[in-house]
Formats: sequence, structure tokens, C-alpha cells
Amino acid sequence: MIFPGLKPIVLAAGLAFLAGFSHAGEIRVMCYQDGVECDVAAAQAKRFEAKNPGTKVVVDTVPYKSIIEQLPVQLAAGEGPDIARVTNLGGLAQYYLDISSHLKNRTYMDENFGATAPWLAPSPGDKGVYGFMSQLTMTGPFVNKTLFEQAKVALPNAKATWDDWVAASNMVAKATKTKAAIAWDRSGHRFAGPAVSYGAKIFDASGNPMIDEGYKRTVEKFVAWHADGTMLREVWAGSGGSTYASSVDEFINGNVVMILAGSWQINNLQNKVGDNFDWVAVPNPCGTVACSGIPGGAAWVALKTSKSPKEAAAFLEFIASEDNYKEFTAKTNNIPAHAGLASKGVDYSSAKPQAKAALGVFSNGVASLAPAAYQFQGYKYNRAIMLPTVSRVTQAIVGEMSTADAVAKISSDMLDAVKQAQK
Amino acid sequence: MSVANFLLRTRGRHRLHWTDVVTYVYLVLGLVVMFAPVSWLVMSSFKSESAISQFPPTFLPYSQQTVTVPGFDKPLPLFEVLNTEDQSAPPVVMAQARRIGIMAAMVDPKQPEVQVKVNVDDRVPVNELDFAWSNYIDLFDKFTFSTYLFNSVFITVVATLITLLLNSMAAFALSKYRFKGQRAVFLLIIATLMVPPTIILVPVFLVINEVGLLNNLWGVILPAVATPTGVFLLRQYMLTIPDELIEAARMDHASEWRIYWRVVLPLSAPALAVLAIFSVMWRWNDFLLPLIVLSTNDVFTLQLALNSFQGELNTQWHYLLAMTVITLIPVTFVFAFLQRYITTGIASAGVK
Amino acid sequence: MLRLLSFFFNLFEPIFKLAQRWLGVSRLGWVFVGPNLLVFGLFTFLPIIINVFYAFTGGVELMPLKRPYTGGENFEILLYCSNYLDVTTCNKDVFWRAIFNTGKFALLQVGLMVVLSLMTALVLNRNIIGRGFWRGVFFYPVLLSPVVVALIWKWLLQSNGAFNAGLISLGYNPVEWLTTSDWSFFWVVFVSIWAHMGFYTLILLAGLQAIPKDLYEAANMDRASAFTTLRRITLPLLMPNLIVVLVLAAIRAVQVFDEVFVLTGGGPGSATTFIVQFIYQTGFAEQIHLYGLAAAASLALATFLVILTLAQLRLSRANELGSKKA
Repeated sequence: MIFPGLKPIVLAAGLAFLAGFSHAGEIRVMCYQDGVECDVAAAQAKRFEAKNPGTKVVVDTVPYKSIIEQLPVQLAAGEGPDIARVTNLGGLAQYYLDISSHLKNRTYMDENFGATAPWLAPSPGDKGVYGFMSQLTMTGPFVNKTLFEQAKVALPNAKATWDDWVAASNMVAKATKTKAAIAWDRSGHRFAGPAVSYGAKIFDASGNPMIDEGYKRTVEKFVAWHADGTMLREVWAGSGGSTYASSVDEFINGNVVMILAGSWQINNLQNKVGDNFDWVAVPNPCGTVACSGIPGGAAWVALKTSKSPKEAAAFLEFIASEDNYKEFTAKTNNIPAHAGLASKGVDYSSAKPQAKAALGVFSNGVASLAPAAYQFQGYKYNRAIMLPTVSRVTQAIVGEMSTADAVAKISSDMLDAVKQAQK
Repeated sequence: MSVANFLLRTRGRHRLHWTDVVTYVYLVLGLVVMFAPVSWLVMSSFKSESAISQFPPTFLPYSQQTVTVPGFDKPLPLFEVLNTEDQSAPPVVMAQARRIGIMAAMVDPKQPEVQVKVNVDDRVPVNELDFAWSNYIDLFDKFTFSTYLFNSVFITVVATLITLLLNSMAAFALSKYRFKGQRAVFLLIIATLMVPPTIILVPVFLVINEVGLLNNLWGVILPAVATPTGVFLLRQYMLTIPDELIEAARMDHASEWRIYWRVVLPLSAPALAVLAIFSVMWRWNDFLLPLIVLSTNDVFTLQLALNSFQGELNTQWHYLLAMTVITLIPVTFVFAFLQRYITTGIASAGVK
Repeated sequence: MLRLLSFFFNLFEPIFKLAQRWLGVSRLGWVFVGPNLLVFGLFTFLPIIINVFYAFTGGVELMPLKRPYTGGENFEILLYCSNYLDVTTCNKDVFWRAIFNTGKFALLQVGLMVVLSLMTALVLNRNIIGRGFWRGVFFYPVLLSPVVVALIWKWLLQSNGAFNAGLISLGYNPVEWLTTSDWSFFWVVFVSIWAHMGFYTLILLAGLQAIPKDLYEAANMDRASAFTTLRRITLPLLMPNLIVVLVLAAIRAVQVFDEVFVLTGGGPGSATTFIVQFIYQTGFAEQIHLYGLAAAASLALATFLVILTLAQLRLSRANELGSKKA
């Protein structure tokens, strides 16, 4: 009773069933990229497969949104890839897999990634190895130097404050008929840099998050800058909900003179801006107490949902090795989180002069990071501070509520979320 | 009847009554409002990347003419440069070597060594009609577009087949049988019409996950096949099938399954066709459930890919638009050829 | 193809024959309705029950059993406002904004759309050439997916899109259509009407065509004006269809999500955030997932929808009785 028409149907159905399953010996890596991070990882995966016949590594490139929205839900449901490239380091820590028992050379990992290991620890003081930072990033501004030149305005110096930059950029924008002077990425992470610079301590004495005067002042200034037209409205007022929106596209299109983004955009800028104009990275402008950005980065982590922990650990160790990490850093134009490479220096062969200069500015900026910035990045529930900031400040900008109300709501939203998360 | 008479057939018998004028004006207005946005989309999808970012936009896709100039490795875009000193002199056609901010370095193609600095406001691009087919072709190699297409088609076809089977079986049971609890079952099924899927998002996700169908095309197919509208539609139609036919078949010792398969189903063909068309429409356009169930690239449907790319490719509208057009082509075909069935189906469902 | 169908037929026949022998003909109905019921049960009823469970538990765990029982806490958080007249004083002010937005949207969209659908149906009911074509024109957007619809309009309305180009060419200033609160709400209503009007037009058209022509002829002979005919004959006889359309449209309007999500994302701020988006955001998009809160909000929505549907049944029954009396 075998009909010829049946085979393709069974085959298709079978394929679909298999679509969701991974086999033992196959590692799935869920990756997002700002530039070419996943492509480089995929190439390295091929080399790993050649060295380890029998193990297959599949690098799934997904939009950043999937990592942020869907991965946590999957993990909560007990499903997920073997390895993922994540940015919500503390928030997902409960799903990380300790691979220290599978590592061939644990000392190497401790020596080179030890400084940032606490960011991945599920609980303070935990000494397990859960993965490593694929890059070290820092938030900071990029400026369209060409527009400054055309407007014949001098670039403010390294000690300039945000007010200085606002004034200078506004002059440039007016002279060159640019849509707006400045734009900040629509992200609570980006917002925290200036907040810390304006004196926000973010945490009280017992380490619990709080919204203080410094934070409030930053919100007020930011909303005022929207009201007077300094800030490009579309970025914060454009998208809905609490989603992250990048100001880089507007910068590339020449709609804004200066943006607050971060070092991970260097590669993107190099590729997309090309010869259109000269861009530079500048040190973080100062507030009242500091001139700080926020450190961060995406980490490769092993996940508890992995069905092949040994192979996952082996792959992670492979891409953490000095040569491979060096290749990754150079090709993606990122700052390495690898202590050894950071001191030796990395030859950014594919970086054009502008990118190289920018990388230099960011690397030097690490020294100006305020302690609160590190604490912020390492806090497990920092999402509880960042997301309400984005949605409430947006509401203040579009006039739905007063700035004072918005700040009060950030505080209450944050406390609610932390309370629920700790249940 | 002469052609003129035919064309001007009106209410007022030989003159155009004012209500007829209003009628046709309304219809034409409706045509414009309904179709103009779609045609704008289609036209824009043929614009090249640079043409898309031009403001103000043109209806037809134009892109700048380029010319190869000795001494430059890439073809240079052509502009008409207005002579700022002498207003009456005709504009000169020049090629742009480089542009920084508001100043461009232009060269005369015949004299490539001489570079003139021109303000961008003093020049106009030279355009030609150009359909950027590459927008569509690139889709298939740059993005795993064929995967998305396959996923959407697979889900639509399989879900429709299963829907037809399950719903017709249920409708058969509810129309041609009398069993205890039948009323309750029918009311229960109709009651689910009141529960929109949006309300049970999180638990449905949980159930799909527990059954192991997360990130699996079946995880989107199975929850969607038991449509209450389908059962209702088919039941209404099957009620009109005379019972005598069924009784006769029973007296011929046909099994119930045979009756269902050989008698009832063929007779319900019109209603099945309508349901099939609805199902194709619903599954092809499904958004919310796939959004939460499918999150890896290889199981994305066209709608999901479209949605995620509109966030990612903010500056790549040319690809986004082409993708949008491809996504609406199948539905357009269904519409064009099967419009009559769809409209009568909805009409009968509504009139019930 | 036919061979394939026969194959399936042969596959299932023995199973059903067996079942028939066991259960008898009348109870075989259960077997036929079974698979459908199974899918319903698993993917609709079970989730409803689980949803109630979520609403009464707290924490951020997805697994129901890991969630601590919190009683009515979620409802308290959701519904508490120190001053019910000022949304900002509410605990979950976005929830309340979403409710007001949804109410405003439903009233505007349903009202306008039903009127437009009626007008269109009346126009289409006339003696026009190529009715099938014109009918199709209005129906076409209904077939488009919400993502496609939203992208079509986003492309037109963005700050350097066709609409602003038109404005500039006429000498006006460009308008930020999608980033200004009032305009974005307007466009959300407009796009929603644009995309769904055709469906209801068809239902009303079918209703109009069911009205017997001799009634109109009689009215014509009595020299009744167009408006009187409309008021005395057409509308009363169309009432059942109008009720169906009103309630269907209302139920759909309250659940609006897809087009809006892609078109404005709920923004600017929360100007176009509607209740389903609030549920989606609370349960899925925020990185600290508050499933309990999302479930509580969805129960609130479900209650409202049940009331709406029961109201429809009431209304249509009253209408039937009313018309029977007449």
C-alpha cells in the first residue's frame, strides 16, 4: 500500500519535526551581532568542527530583539540553545551552566577573564566559570567632525561638559541645517552614563537600587533638551513600548551631529559611513561629578539547557583561546575583554584610521569610569532600572506626564520589578 | 442596446441622476484610497537604495545615471550643475568624484583631471527610469528568504488540510448526529469564539512548550486548526444536506466513515472551498502566535521575518519593501481568482 | 491526487468501523468531534484555566507550579489608583491608559467604520456596472496581513515619506505623523478602518440584497424620497445585520494589536498603547516578565468581551422578537 505521492509528504513532515530538535554532539549557538560578530564566530566554528570531527556547531544569527525578548522566555520554559551571546548578564545568570569541570585550562580563563567574571556570576562570590565576555564595550559619543568643520565651530575639549557639547552641537546644527544636534540611543543603559556623571549613585548604602537627585536632574535636563529641539525627537519619542532604538542610523544619514552610543558601533560606522563624512569618538562629556560612560559588552555563555555540555565547553574554550579571541577582536573592531590581549594590544588590521582612533579613545576612557558605573553594570536586576527609565522618560518627553511624575514612576516601577523578581 | 446606452445606464432612465454621479465618484474615490497605498508600495519596492532615500520621492522608480570616468575605478553619479554666477547659462552635466557634507568635488567627464568644488544645493541629479530588480533577487541570497517562504507555505498548506479534515468531521457530528451532550459541545465550541487568542498568550505558550513544539512549525499549526468559525460554517451548510441521503447510505450497509467521506464531504464542497480560502488567508497572515512560538531564524515565517527586519533594517527600506510585496503576492492571487467564493462565503456567514 | 485521498480514506476506515461496532452509530458522533475537541481542550480550555492560575500567583517564573500564591495581589496592583480621575496616580498607569485608549479607539473606529461600511454597501447595492470588481476593490485590504498593512502606511507616513512630500509641494510644513500623539492615534484609527472596512461592507451588502425589491418599488410608487426609503425600509430590515456588524467590529476593535504594534509600537509614549499590547508587553517584552499581571489584565479583558458577546445575543434576540411582533 505504498503510494508514490506519500513519500514527499512524510519526508516534509519528518523534516518539520526535526526542525526543532538538536542531536547529541550538535551545539546550537544563538548569536546576535552589531557588526560581524556572528559571522566571525561561524567561521571559527567551522575550524572547530574540522578539529573535532563528530561535533557539529550551528551558529544561529538572530535579531537582538530575540535575545532580549524570546531567549529568556524559552529558558524559563526549559528550552534553549547550548550557547548564547547575551547582554543581560545578571538577569539570565540563573540559567548559566558552570563549565569549569569540563575546561582543560581553567587558570587561563581565570587569568584573562577574571576581572569581568563577577558580571556572569549567579550569586556574589560564586567561583564557577559560566562563559566569558566576547568584548568589552563602553558607552560614549560619536561626533560628525565634518559638520563641525563646515560650521567652523571648534570641537569642545576633553573636559567639556554636556552643556558645552549641547551648545556647540546646536550651533553646528543650525549652521549646516542638520535636523537635530544630538541623539542618545533609546536605552536605559546609555542614559545611565550621563546620570552617573551628574551624581546619580544608583545604589544606596545597602546595595539596593534607588533613584536619587542626580538621576532626577539628568531626566530633567534630557527632557528639556527635547523641548528646545536639541535632541532628535524620533529616537526617544518615535518607537513605542520599551524597545531599544539605535541613533546610529540617524547619525549615518547625517540627520544628527552627535550621538551617544558605544564602542560596539565602531565597525558599523566604518562600513556604513565610508567616505561620506569624517567621524570621531570623543571622551564622555562631564556632568557635575564625573565624565563617565558605562562599561558592558556581550558575553558568550553556556546554558543549562544544553544537551552537550562537554562539547559546549570545548567550543567556548576554543573561541576563548588567545589566537581566536585576537582574530575575533580584530575582525569585529571591538575592545577585548581578554586581560592578556588588552595589555599586549591588538592589531586592528581591518580598521581604517578613523576606527583605530575611535578604539583608542574608548580604551582610554575606561580609566574615567565611575565606580557607580561598574556597580550598575554588575547589578543583577539592572533591567529593572533601565526599562522603566526608557518608557517613563519617553512619556515625559511626549508630554504624557510631568518630569517629576516620570521620575517617581521610574522609582516605583523599578521597586515593583525587583520585588517580583526576588519572589 | 447601443454602447453609449449601456455605459450610461442609470437610475433616471436616460439622464444621469445626481445619485449616479455621486455613486461613481464615491467608487472611484474608494478605488484610489484602497489601491493607491498598495501601488505606491509596489512602485517604491523597485527603487534602488539611493533612489529610496531621495526626498521628495517620485512615483516611478528613477535612479541616477552613472558614467565611467577614466582615472576613477567606480562609475560616478551624474548631476546637472547650475551655474551660480550666470543664471541664464545652461546647466553643465558633471560627475561627482567625492562628497563631504555640503560640498562635492565634481569633474567634467571629458576633463577628468579638473575638480571643481560645488555646493550640493546647486546641482540636480540626472535620473533615468530604472527598475531595481536586484532588490528582489538579493533577497534570496542575502537573507534566508527561501526558508521563510517555505515555512509560510508549509504552515499554510498543512494547517489548511488539517483544518478541513477536523472541522468537517466535527461539523458532521454536530449536524447529522444526535448524541448526549451534543448541545453542550456545540455551545462550548461557539463559546471559544468569545475567547480571543490574545488573552491566553502566556498559557498557550506554556502548553506548546510542554508538548515540545516550541520553535517548531507544528507548534503554530496544531493550535490553530480547530477553528470555531470553520465548524460553524460547515455545520450550517451540512444541515442543508437532506437526511434521506444519509439514511439511504446507511441502509446500504455503508459504514459511518464511508458516509462521511463519500457522501457528506463531496456535497459540502462549496463550504469546504470557502473554509479553505479563509484558512489560507488566516494562516498566511498569522502573526501573534508565531511571534511567541517561533524564535529561531530557520523557523521564521514571512510575516515574522518582515516584522523583525523592519526593526533591524531601518535604513534598508528597499529590501523591506520588496519583502513586503512578495508577502502580499500569494494573497493577491487568491483574491484575484477566488474573489467570488470569498465574498459569498462571508456574506452567507454574516447573514446566518 | 485522487489516489492520495483514497489512500487516506482506506487508512481511517478500519479504525472507524471498529469504533462503530463498539459504540454504535449514535455515539460515533463523539469520535468524529473528538479530534477537534482535543485540540480545543489542549490549546484553548487548558490555557484559560492556567491563565486564571497565573492571575492569582506572583513572581517571575513561567512554570505555574513554581509560582508563589499571592491571592488577589495582581488585581490590586493592576487596579489600584489613589485618584481614579488622574491616570498618573495609578499604580499601573499604562494599564489604565491602555483601557482608555482602547475604549476611545473602539468607539471611534467602530462608529466610523460601520457608517462607512453602510454607505459603501448602499452604493454597491445600486445598479452599477462591474459590481464584482468594485466589491473587490473595497475588500482587497482585508486580505492583507497586519504587518503588510502597517508597513504600507508606515512607508507613506514616515517623516520623509510620500505624505510629507505632498505637503511640502503644496507649501505646508511636514508633519511628524507617527511621532505626534494626536496624529498617531488618528492614523491608527484610519489604518484600522482602511484594512477592515471591506469585510463589514460585504456583510451589509448581503443584507441589503436580501431586502425584497418590491418594497422599493412600492415606495417609489408612493413618491417616497431617498431618505425616507432609507429610514423606513432599508435600515429596519437591515437591523439584524447591523447588529452583527456592530458587535463583531466592537469585539475586534477591543482586541486591536497587530497593525498598531508594527505601525507605532504603542507610541509615542503610550499614546497608541492598547490593552492587548499591554498584556503582550507585560508578559513577554519586558525583561522581568510579570506573567501574573499579564494574566490578570487578560482576565479583565476576557470579562469585558464576554459581556459584549452576551449583549449581542440579547440585542439580536430582542430584535428578532421585535420584528416578529411587527
